[in-house]
Amino acid sequence: MYVAVKGGEAAIANAHRLLADRRRGDRSVPSITIEQIAGQLGLAVDRVMAEASLYDRSLAALAIRQARGDMIEAIFILRAYRTTLPRFGTSRPLDTTSMAIERRISATYKDLPGGQMLGATFDYTHRLLDPSLLTDAPVEEPALRQPDDEVSLMRVSEILAQEDLIEADGELPADHVTGDLTREPLEFPMSRDLRLQALARGDEGFLLALGYSTQRGYGNAHPFVGEIRIGEVEVEFDVPELGFAVSLGCIQVTECQMVNQFKGSAKAPPQFTRGYGLVFGQSERKSMSMSLVDRALRATELGEDITAAAQDEEFVISHSDNVQSTGFVEHLKLPHYVDFQAELDLVRRMRRDFEASRQAGNDDDFMEAAQ
Amino acid sequence: MSSHADLATYNFAYLDEQTKRMIRRAILKAIAIPGYQVPFASREMPMPYGWGTGGVQVTASIIGADDVLKVIDQGADDTTNAVSIRAFFQKVADIAVTTKTDEATIIQTRHRIPETRLKSNQVLVYQVPIPEPLRFLEPRETETRKMHALEEYGLMHVKLYEDIARNGHIATTYSYPVKVQGRYVMSPSPTPKFDNPKMHMSDALQLFGAGREKRIYAVPPHTEVVSLDFEDHPFEVQKFDRPCALCGAEHVYLDEVILDDKGGRMFVCSDTDHCEDRRADGHVGELLAKPQEAAE
Repeated sequence: MYVAVKGGEAAIANAHRLLADRRRGDRSVPSITIEQIAGQLGLAVDRVMAEASLYDRSLAALAIRQARGDMIEAIFILRAYRTTLPRFGTSRPLDTTSMAIERRISATYKDLPGGQMLGATFDYTHRLLDPSLLTDAPVEEPALRQPDDEVSLMRVSEILAQEDLIEADGELPADHVTGDLTREPLEFPMSRDLRLQALARGDEGFLLALGYSTQRGYGNAHPFVGEIRIGEVEVEFDVPELGFAVSLGCIQVTECQMVNQFKGSAKAPPQFTRGYGLVFGQSERKSMSMSLVDRALRATELGEDITAAAQDEEFVISHSDNVQSTGFVEHLKLPHYVDFQAELDLVRRMRRDFEASRQAGNDDDFMEAAQ
Repeated sequence: MSSHADLATYNFAYLDEQTKRMIRRAILKAIAIPGYQVPFASREMPMPYGWGTGGVQVTASIIGADDVLKVIDQGADDTTNAVSIRAFFQKVADIAVTTKTDEATIIQTRHRIPETRLKSNQVLVYQVPIPEPLRFLEPRETETRKMHALEEYGLMHVKLYEDIARNGHIATTYSYPVKVQGRYVMSPSPTPKFDNPKMHMSDALQLFGAGREKRIYAVPPHTEVVSLDFEDHPFEVQKFDRPCALCGAEHVYLDEVILDDKGGRMFVCSDTDHCEDRRADGHVGELLAKPQEAAE
């Protein structure tokens, strides 16, 4: 016989206990450490930091461990922690020309001041499973060289800018206060600083697919990788009490400058336009996708027709956040039986009406045939 | 690198006081403009978006140490998400909780309004997935905000009219749109339309929180809440052709429970507290009456 169900509390507690067991796995195998995750699954840590908008390798590693390697879950855990932290100000803009570069490539110039540096990349590796990684075989030390000098490395966009062939970086009004989409409600249309923030924490897969769509004709992009650079930059913060900037430390970022063809419009002369991507840690895929989507989203600003999903700000930004997306998609597994009951009742009623009218129709046909 | 020992310290009711102040300002604005959706800087909560983060943020911002909290989902206190949210507030705010509608000062709900009439010292906090009543008619926020500003609700009436043209009646059973104090069209959240009349002239304050969509709206006490309809097709609520099988209550919302694989089913109160109260008062439904007869 049915009795009103009780015991949700015990069920939840037991489910969480089982989850803890499954997370730990076989007890005879040593537990994975935070240092191992931060050190050996560094790109996973980078993704979690980027999409959680919190630069802390050990906390990101902890989140990955806690989430059993589920990246979106880890991002979510770290964000829920980030949101409780006080916000004490805005850093100075990062100066990526003074980056301590580990990788820097350009697809638009064969050689350029500072040169091309491959750095640690999967590019040109052959994706063959490596049996030597089944064991803990010794790994060679990398070949390193000292940086040539202390000069800053000019960006490719600056080379083009010398000839006025690329649009200027864009100026914000002097009194513009940098927005923070984690502290203010989102409003459309967005200013570019907020839009770039949203893209920087947007889902890598979603932005990848949208960026890809612009290459396949949905949005009409003709992009070139002006430059990708990865390395450490110093974060500086103005302390009002001191009257000068102090360094908060270094963070690793990936910056992508995408150069796009532009025929010009009534508003702007023919020249190259920019798409920009900047992501915590090392993620070329994300920063490239971000710069493609950033460029696509500038359609209105540049007077282009909006024909594709990637150009539609409200569509892109409203759906780029994987923590929001996963929450709402997965909420469908919560009970909905009150609403479903209402729908059941409605469908039953409509079915009765339908059967009744069909019956009436049959009777009419029968009558007509008989007459 | 952070020191991990600092991790576990959270403020009373989880949110920091700055955030609470921001949310309270949004709530005050919402109360001042009944039915208007106030944008607010929704925070990431430690539960997923779509699982009540808006309601949780509203509750966290208004709850005090001497409040008594009740949490229901689908009308029941013991559904897993209600249990989880109740446990969250016990953990982060250490407040008293109850399943009794009468005893609660704050009731957080998903999909139902309690059957017991609420009182002026109570606040009903709704969890809202899609705050925009016009969303499925117009997906763009920029457009719908304009439509509200201009009080341009023709589209909604056309939709309801098309329902009638197609089905002979308005085929909306939950999230049935209402007009608040003659001005804003508002989504009651996905409560069944059965509950709509309870919102009208309620003694209790009703607050609506949508975390993912970053909106808060409100219906102050003693406010007109009218379900949209037509003169020749007046609004009506669901009727059940049988009483609750456990407590015999009529004119309450019932859940259908499947008993076996041969089509056996029963209907019981969706509001579990109401059902328990009635049984404690000696009301007996069909299903509970039978075994006693058999014993006699």
